[in-house]
This record gives sequence, C-alpha cells and structure tokens, in this order.
Amino acid sequence: MKHEGLPSTPISFYASAKEALANTQLRRNMGKATQTIRAKRASVVSEMPDWEALREAGRAIKERTLRHLDDYLLQLETAVQAAGGHVHWARDAREANQIVTRIVQGHGAREVVKVKSLTTDEIGLNAALAAVGITATETDLAELIIQLAGESSSHILVPAIHKNRAEIRELFMRTLGVSDLSDEPKALAAVARAHLRRKFLSAPVAISGANFAVAETGTVCIVESEGNGRMCLTLPPVLISIMGIEKVIPTWQDFEVFLQLLPRSSTGERMNPYTSLWTGVAPGDGPQEFHLVLLDNGRSGVLADTIGRQTLNCIRCSACLNICPVYERTGGHAYQSVYPGPIGAILTPQLVGVDVAGSLPYASSLCGACYEVCPVKINIPEVLVHMRARVVRKKQAGLLSRLDPENVGMQALGRMFESPLLYEQAQRLARLGQWPLVRGDAISFLPPPLGGWTAMRDLFPVADQTFREWWAARNKT
Amino acid sequence: MQIALFITCFNDTIFPQTGRAMVQLLERLGHRVEFPTAQTCCGQIHFNTGYQREAIPLVRHFVATFARYQVIVAPSASCVGMVREFYARVAEVSGDRRLAADVAALVPRVFELSEFLVHKLGVEDVGAYYPHRVTYHPTCHSLRVLHLGDAPLRLLRKVRGIDLVELPNAEQCCGFGGTFAVKNADTSMAMLGDKLRCVLDTRAEVCAAADNSCLMHIGGALHRQRAGVRAIHLAEILAATE
Amino acid sequence: MDPGRNEILRRVRAALRDIPPGEQPDDVPVARTYRQTGAPHSPELVARFAERVAEYKATVHQIGAEALPSAIAAACARRGVRRLVVPPDLPAAWVPAGIELLRDDRLNNEQLEASDGVLTGCAWGIAQTGTIILDAGQYQGRRIITLLPDYHLCVVRAEQIVDLVPEAVARLTPTVRAARRPITLISGPSATSDIELNRVEGVHGPRTLEVLIVA
Ligand code: SF4
Repeated sequence: MKHEGLPSTPISFYASAKEALANTQLRRNMGKATQTIRAKRASVVSEMPDWEALREAGRAIKERTLRHLDDYLLQLETAVQAAGGHVHWARDAREANQIVTRIVQGHGAREVVKVKSLTTDEIGLNAALAAVGITATETDLAELIIQLAGESSSHILVPAIHKNRAEIRELFMRTLGVSDLSDEPKALAAVARAHLRRKFLSAPVAISGANFAVAETGTVCIVESEGNGRMCLTLPPVLISIMGIEKVIPTWQDFEVFLQLLPRSSTGERMNPYTSLWTGVAPGDGPQEFHLVLLDNGRSGVLADTIGRQTLNCIRCSACLNICPVYERTGGHAYQSVYPGPIGAILTPQLVGVDVAGSLPYASSLCGACYEVCPVKINIPEVLVHMRARVVRKKQAGLLSRLDPENVGMQALGRMFESPLLYEQAQRLARLGQWPLVRGDAISFLPPPLGGWTAMRDLFPVADQTFREWWAARNKT
Repeated sequence: MQIALFITCFNDTIFPQTGRAMVQLLERLGHRVEFPTAQTCCGQIHFNTGYQREAIPLVRHFVATFARYQVIVAPSASCVGMVREFYARVAEVSGDRRLAADVAALVPRVFELSEFLVHKLGVEDVGAYYPHRVTYHPTCHSLRVLHLGDAPLRLLRKVRGIDLVELPNAEQCCGFGGTFAVKNADTSMAMLGDKLRCVLDTRAEVCAAADNSCLMHIGGALHRQRAGVRAIHLAEILAATE
Repeated sequence: MDPGRNEILRRVRAALRDIPPGEQPDDVPVARTYRQTGAPHSPELVARFAERVAEYKATVHQIGAEALPSAIAAACARRGVRRLVVPPDLPAAWVPAGIELLRDDRLNNEQLEASDGVLTGCAWGIAQTGTIILDAGQYQGRRIITLLPDYHLCVVRAEQIVDLVPEAVARLTPTVRAARRPITLISGPSATSDIELNRVEGVHGPRTLEVLIVA
C-alpha cells in the first residue's frame, strides 16, 4: 500500500483499516510504540506547572497569526530578503516542485540531500525530482529505511514505526551492501551514519521543510534529533526550505512558547537534541544561497472555513496520533495520506475534499483524547463532526441521496424523534419487528448495514416494558 | 428538590431498568422526580453522524420539553455532553437567535447523574448496598467532555459491601463511538477486544459506567462471550439497597 | 511580479473575510501567563543544569575557573584527542599543551573530519531542559566545526546558565534581530529513536558531548 502525498482518488478508511488490523506484527509494533511515547509525553508534561498556560498561549498565537496571515507572510518575505534569502510563492504542489526543480537544475545538481519534511511528501517532491533525473536522498534514519524499502511512512514523527529491528537489519544488508550486521539499534545507526556522511559532504543542494518561521526577523527553524538536519542545513552550499503558509509565527518572542510545546508533545523529551535557527544567509557560515518556498496547496481553502481554520494551528507534533486508540490499532497507512491519525482525519479531507477523503472524518470514535493532548488546542472532535456534516451535505445534494440507506434512515429517525407519538409508536413497532431476531434475552444477528454490530456483540432488544410505559403504569396506581 | 428526568431515548427503549433506578435513587434521597413524557432524543445520533440540519428540530423539541424545569438530570454522560457542548452549535447552524438564547438559558440546568449528586448536591454516600466485585469504566464523554473526574468513583467507594477494583488503561476508549461501531466495525472491535481484556483481568463480576451506550457495546460482547461479567449502569448500583 | 504571490495573497484575504476590517493583530489577545522568569542564578540552578545535561547521556563536570585548562587537558587525554579544532577566538590559555591545534581559519571538511574533536564555549545554557545554545558568538565559531568532529567538548560558564526557555529566548533577541547569526540548540548528543523506539545516542553529529561547567 503506497501513497505518496495526498490521495487523489476516493479512499475507504474502512477497507484499508480492515487490512491493517489483520497484520499482527504491525499491531504489536504500533501498540508498543504508541504506549512508549505516550508515557514519555505524560511524564515530561506533568513536570510543567504552566503547561495549560503554554497550550493556551500557543493556540492564541496561532489564532492571531491565522487571522492576519497575509500581513505576516509579507513581513516574513521582507525579513528573509533583507537577510539575503530568496522567497518564492507556490500556489500548489506542481508550482512548488517546479520552483525547486528550477533552482536545483540552475546549479547543475543531479543529487540533493533532504531533511524529513511532511510538506515535501505532501507535494511529492522526490518523485518530481526523479522525473527530471535528480536523486533526492532522505537523511533521517527512518526516512532512509522507508526509502530503501520503497514504502511510505506510517507516522509523522517515527515514520518507520511499523518496522522492527530484524526487518531493518535485513533491509540494510540487502540494499546498502553491508554484511555481518547485528540487529543492535546502535549498529544499525552506525551503518546509516557512514552511508549518509558521504552524501552530506558531496551534495550541492539541501532541501528541508520548516517547523517555524518568524515573520518579525525572517528566522527559520528546524527541530530534529539525529543531526542530519544540521548536516543538511550547514554543509551543502545551497539550501531550499519549503513551508506551508501556516507555519509562520509573528515574533521571536512567540518562539519561546513553541520551543516548549513541541519537543514535549512530540518525542516526549524536555528538549529535542538539535534545534537549528537561521536568518537568511550567514556570511562565511553555512549555505551562501537560501531559498524559502511558501506553499499554499489548499491551505487558503482551510483558512476560509471558520471552524476548520483551527486545523492550521497544527505544529505536526504527532501527540494526537500517539494517543489515538484508532491509530494505535490501524497504523498510519490506513489513512492513505501523508497526514495520518486524527490530524490527518481532519486535514486530508479539507485539503483534497470530501469526495476523495470523506471516509476519514468517520475514522474516529470521538473519544476526545486528541483534543486533550494537542499542544495548540485544536478541537479535533469538533472539526471531525464539522467535516462529517460536510460529507452529509454533499451526499444530500447528490441525485442518489434518496436511495442512500443512511440518509433515508436518518431522515426517518429524525421525523420520528420530532413527535413523541411517532416515537412511542416506533418503540412498539420495533418490539414487534425484532421478535424473529431475539434469541433468549439478546439479538445475535442483524442484517447489513447493521451487521457490523452483531459480528462480535450481542444487541439488547427493546424492553418488554419501556421506561415510559413503566412510568405511566406507576402513575396510574 | 424537583428534578426533571431526562431519560434519553436509548435508556427509555432498551434499558428501562436504569430509568427505574434513577427514580428510586432520587426519591430515596428525598427529591421529587418528574418525567416530561414529551421527551424523545437529544439529537446526538444525528449531530455526530453529520446530520446537523436534522438535529435542529430535535434540539428545538428538547428545549420546548424541558424549558420549564429548573433541574434536569440524565443517566448519560454522552447525551448531557451533547447538550452542553453542541447545542449552541446546532442553534448557530439553525440561524435562529431565539433558539440560541433558549439553549444558552437551558444548558446550565442539565446535569449528568454523578456530577449532580457529587458536585451539585454534595452527596457521596447515597445509602447503597451492593455486595459485588465491580470495576468502573470511565467513558470518554464522562472524562473528556463533562470532566466528571472521580465523581462516579467517589459515589461507588461509599457503597456498602462493594469490592471496587481499578480497571487498567481505564481512560482508553472502548471503541463504541455511536455510528463508529457500525461504520468502522473492525476497528471498533479491535478497541473493544483490548477493553474486554482489561475488564476480564480485574476478575470483576460487574463492569459499571455512567453511560449505557458504551455499556451496550461492552456488555454486548461480554454477553456474546458468556464471560460471566455483566455491564451495569452506575445508577443501578447506587439505587441498590439491602 | 510573481503570479503565485499575488494569487496566494488574494486567496488568503478572501478566506479572511470574516475578520472585522479594522482588526489589528494585537487585538487578538495572547495571554502570556506561562512562566517567563524562573529561578535566579544559584548553585542549585547550576546543579539542575548539570543533572539535566547528564540525563541526555552527555558527560558533565563542574570545575572552578582556575582548573579549566587542566580539566580540558584531562578530558582530551581521556578521550585520546591529538588533533583539536578550536574557533579562531578561543583563549590561548584554554588550549592544552602537546595537542595539535586546528584553529578554524576556514578549515576544510577533510581537516575537520580528520580531527579528534572540537573545543568551544557557548552562548547560554538552559537549566530547565539541559540545553546548550551556540549562537556563533564568542568562542563558538562556525556551525560546521561543532558538526563534523565526532567529539564536542563545550565550556559553559555558570553565569551563562538561565533557568527557563523564555529567559534564553529573550537573551538571544539581539543575535536574531540585529546580528542575524545562526543559532543551534544542543540537548545532548544527537540521537534517534527510529528503531523500535530504542534511543541510540550519536547518529550524525558528534557522537560524544562533554560539558565543563566553570563556576
Ligand atoms: S493536531 Fe495537535 S496534537 Fe495533532 S499533530 Fe497537530 S499539533 Fe500535534
């Protein structure tokens, strides 16, 4: 199951989840991984007495930014240019890929190194570069694993979360030509270090995303763990960073909030090993040519929806994934998008439309755990339900809506609940209608589309005496 | 105190014993219970599935039914959560300002049973007797929408004869989620499987919760497996006496 | 003019039609009720910094100012450092005797890779998170010199340590606004948890980080 970027043809979460749930190795890896990160996050968050104040500040800064996004983008552009950088604007994935390709080709480069970036995955940059003969090497350990395996990632932050050490060892021996490799994580990491060091030193161009960009100063930030980010941001003479337009933050001071929220929420550390900040070009230090690409690709559409807008608060920490009971069991591939988990369930359909991704807003039990951990307080359940409403409106506008069993049922149910009389009648009718199904004190079989319920669960039937019948009888005597 | 019982369509139809327990319990505590018979459904099924427009008349109906009551109590964390969290949104979608005002006035008077007892009345010992081994599953809407905290547990701890055992991974969703259990039945079952394992590990004979919807899901599977564990609503335990 | 630029700005403005026309960014309230100042300078603060740096599997020593040269010499000896990279402005007194010194006047990649380690100062330290901040200022040099060598020996003066993240960010303001120098925040040696979430210290940067805190 491979899904570069965003889905373009209709996807079914139900079908892909069903497939993923059958993979016991995946279930084990995912269970272990999410539980470990959850516990780490909980512990470093609990030591912060002002965590809720930070979350609220993070949310408020994002709200301020989004409500005045045009101003901040222009400020950012001015500041980056003043510091010797170039700024490009890309309306969509194609335009972003063209901009990057042009810059890379302008330097005659055949090879680039990359820092993990969801944004470049979203636009399918690697494939676009490959199409013109430019090789992009992913340099994060997990991304390298994914790239060598020819797969796509299953987690925002730990993309190879679905692979265990034995699988990785086998992969490295097969693709990197090493023999005699143990499955110790340390040994596996050392192989990657040696393999990538040569690439870092020779690549003429590096490509990264951006975690934040400060409008006031033009400072761009990359938060990472392995040091491959520092390598990419420092060694190649040309650096291209691609960021969604929502990644801008107003002031340098605002950075102090996100620098606390992000590491604790994502890897469950007080601070991630390396954070790099640069402002345009630093003479004599690092790349002497810097390009910042500002990407829309559907974000302005998300911005236009006053309830959906908060989705753009996201700092891609993946806390909502790790806490999500659905994601924990299905893994990331089931979401069939570069953005998995709860954030993917709200972001993907907003970016590509509910015709394509209308099944994703239903990939949630609305348990609310994601909202509780989100460091920028995105009310994910609220947006999920909002997106479901969009799915339904779309369906009802269609010609076949009168044949859709769910729509028909919901309309009937609504009419019934509007009238106490009809409602009581329905209770009595249901009691009559259920008798062929009731066995003993329960129902063990229901026809489709309700059969999903009785596959594993019995259903308790309509009571012999409803509460209101009991109440009426009691008040008569 | 005069209390209007908001039974919820679900309990009315399938779990009347929970409603009877509510009446018994509240009357034992010296309150007068009324049951506005015009009540039907709060609209949660429609709203959560995306049928927001269809929820509007149901919200109107709820408001009309309960407007004249000062205190409204329900044995369902998710239905109270619907009223408290989303009625304002439905009113907004309707574009009807009157409805919005009526909703704003009504919502603070609607309570879930355990928050009503513990936070509003300040009662923890309701004089119940229940000599069984019980584990308590805090449903998602109890925890994260209503923020009931330990109110249900405080009530249970005061029940005489009870052997209350902690449920491992209690705060994780059981996989019900309304239409989620049907639309994504496989994922729902995977979640339920893990919840059942935790329930069975406690060796409890009863799994209690503040919501019969999750209990129908958990209890339905326990019943299918003939696990020897029953799912019982909190109100029924609190209503039980010697 | 860039057609993408105009179009994106037009779309963004159209999307924000619900915002009242007169609203200024500052009209959207941001409550900064989180901690902005932490504990003042004290031995406990230094101890906390040392403890948290050590939790990242970095080696930490606390020493008196007079002991700095000998501590540097001892660290290099322990590690077997023979060729040591230093930034151009590093005080001569810090440099241990008998070691081949590679002062960074544009050392090339091969020279840096062939070295046994790098010795620098730093800009600030954050006790709350055990973080060392390099801002290409005094005794720190170019970013690359703390990246290619496999061993980084870093000197932190006790008075450079602040308690909280916001205190450090505030102190970096001039570096960012006026000097526009690049900044690197270092919290332990590089690490990955990509393989079954087992933390492995040392992937691409210096695999060993050693810190000398000078009182
Ligand atoms: S939605 Fe919130 S929790 Fe999820 S990745 Fe984004 S910021 Fe993190």
